[in-house]
Amino acid sequence: MNTVASTGMQFGIFTVGDVTTDPTNDITPTEHQRIKNILTIAQKVEEVGMEVFALGEHHNPPFVPSSPTTMLGYIAAKTDRLILSTATTLITTNDPVKIAEDYAMLQHVADGRVDLMMGRGNTGPVYPWFGKDIRDGIPLAIENYALLQRLWREDFVNWEGKYRTPLQGFQSTPRPLDGVAPFVWHGSIRSPEIAEQAAFYGDGFFANNIFWPKEHYMKLISYYRQRFEHYGHGTASEAIVGLGGQAFMAKNSQDAIKQFRPYFDNAPVYGHGPTMEDFTEQTPLTVGSPQQVIDRYASMREYYGDYQRQLFLMDHAGLPLKTVLEQLDILGGEVVPVLRKEFAVNRPANVPDGPTHEALVAKRDRAAQAASSAELAETPVAS
Amino acid sequence: MTSRKIAVITSGLSQPSSTRLLADRLADATTRQLEGLGIDADVHIIELRDTAQDVVNNLMTGFPSPKLEKVIETVTGADALIAVTPVFTTSYSGLFKSFIDVLDPQSLTDMPVLIGATGGSERHSLALDYAMRPLFTYLHAVVVPTSVYAASSDWGSAGDAAATALPDRVERAARELAQLAKTSDRSNRVADPFALPAGFSPVGGYGAQ
Repeated sequence: MNTVASTGMQFGIFTVGDVTTDPTNDITPTEHQRIKNILTIAQKVEEVGMEVFALGEHHNPPFVPSSPTTMLGYIAAKTDRLILSTATTLITTNDPVKIAEDYAMLQHVADGRVDLMMGRGNTGPVYPWFGKDIRDGIPLAIENYALLQRLWREDFVNWEGKYRTPLQGFQSTPRPLDGVAPFVWHGSIRSPEIAEQAAFYGDGFFANNIFWPKEHYMKLISYYRQRFEHYGHGTASEAIVGLGGQAFMAKNSQDAIKQFRPYFDNAPVYGHGPTMEDFTEQTPLTVGSPQQVIDRYASMREYYGDYQRQLFLMDHAGLPLKTVLEQLDILGGEVVPVLRKEFAVNRPANVPDGPTHEALVAKRDRAAQAASSAELAETPVAS
Repeated sequence: MTSRKIAVITSGLSQPSSTRLLADRLADATTRQLEGLGIDADVHIIELRDTAQDVVNNLMTGFPSPKLEKVIETVTGADALIAVTPVFTTSYSGLFKSFIDVLDPQSLTDMPVLIGATGGSERHSLALDYAMRPLFTYLHAVVVPTSVYAASSDWGSAGDAAATALPDRVERAARELAQLAKTSDRSNRVADPFALPAGFSPVGGYGAQ
């Protein structure tokens, strides 16, 4: 088992769970195979020494993860240190009460190795399928999360909002592990409202960093950092930032390009569009040697500031399981250890580490202790 | 001398194209009209053909290439716009519409626009009024009353009792655009990409209870 050197950064994998035909042999995995493959990939993430596995949530083919906590619960039982997360949890169309229950339950099952990422989803019909209106996307994300916050922090909640049935004296069960809610990231590609929301609560902000050029995400993250400071959670450099990324590697960069090209050219979303050369130049997708991936991702903090979590998308577009596992070996074995060292160099002491349950519990206890000693100091001493 | 930034988009596919020819005539006339008002015209001509691949890629990926982004900024940050397309199958060309489709739908609000089109025969001239004009109206742009259609025959016609000659129509349309461009301050506006909607609260209307 690899030991994780503490550099403050967390590395991991996020997946959308697409069932895609392998364009090199026309083989399409069954849903069952793909689900099992995802579970295998998650365990491999821990084996190669990375910290996080994050699963998307979708309600339409070709994506299979409609029920993330079922899969994450299984992975929790099969791993020891891996943090289980989501990318993303649909805060718009899920009932916040069910999110509160599901993820508090997962926290107990996984002994605290849980956080989650809120998102609005990118599939329009999911809204009407779940009885919502896509035009309410932002207001739903705002109101539902406000309720979720309270359900995790207050034992009994009275609630009345616009989008769900009122609650009177409702207690969400189980209560969060150790009385501490899971850490929450908010993911957004373009909405300042969501960056504002993340900053308001002092939560993390995640930029998927895959589809757009870095300049776009730089502006959004810098806005979040400023607002985090504005709301008094610390300095801008102390805000909690996560980034996505995407890579395909081989020892020889020409081999990587040759091997990945058919997957790129036929990939969902960007396939049959720009050339792989244009896309790798314009977005963080890196296809080449491990050293090229190291160089590209080591430079990320120059653009976004020192950050807390780096997730890679490695298993999409029909790549076979064997290839994905080989990629994870290279990523965990050759790339991430060097990135850890690079990111540790000149990382200011005030930059927080990637969030963990233990750290949140310790923070809560420190705050309680500080409050009680302040109270003691105010008590007049009898002379 | 004050100046106004005039963007010209032309979506002719051949080079040289009669669409570009019309665009140049409209740009020159607008420059002259602005000069008459004591205003310097800073004209930027954009051949959409040069970014055709980038436009399609943007439709696929959702983001513009650096080259296309510059074009978009030139168009949306202008004081006035001249938009010229060939008429294909009764409407604006696919390339023209694809370019419009990658723009932020709010980004042409209040933009003074002169619309022009070219075609093989006069029979398609109404495409300007049933296709181009509603397109820009939907985008909340301000389209000048005179639109200019140039059929192949117009390039060799002096006009007659039934229709004015092309140069007269060009001049009249340019005069109308120059008047609107004169009072346009679009190129000096600073757009805040992170402006939150009025009344936005991070906890929502009910969250703070």
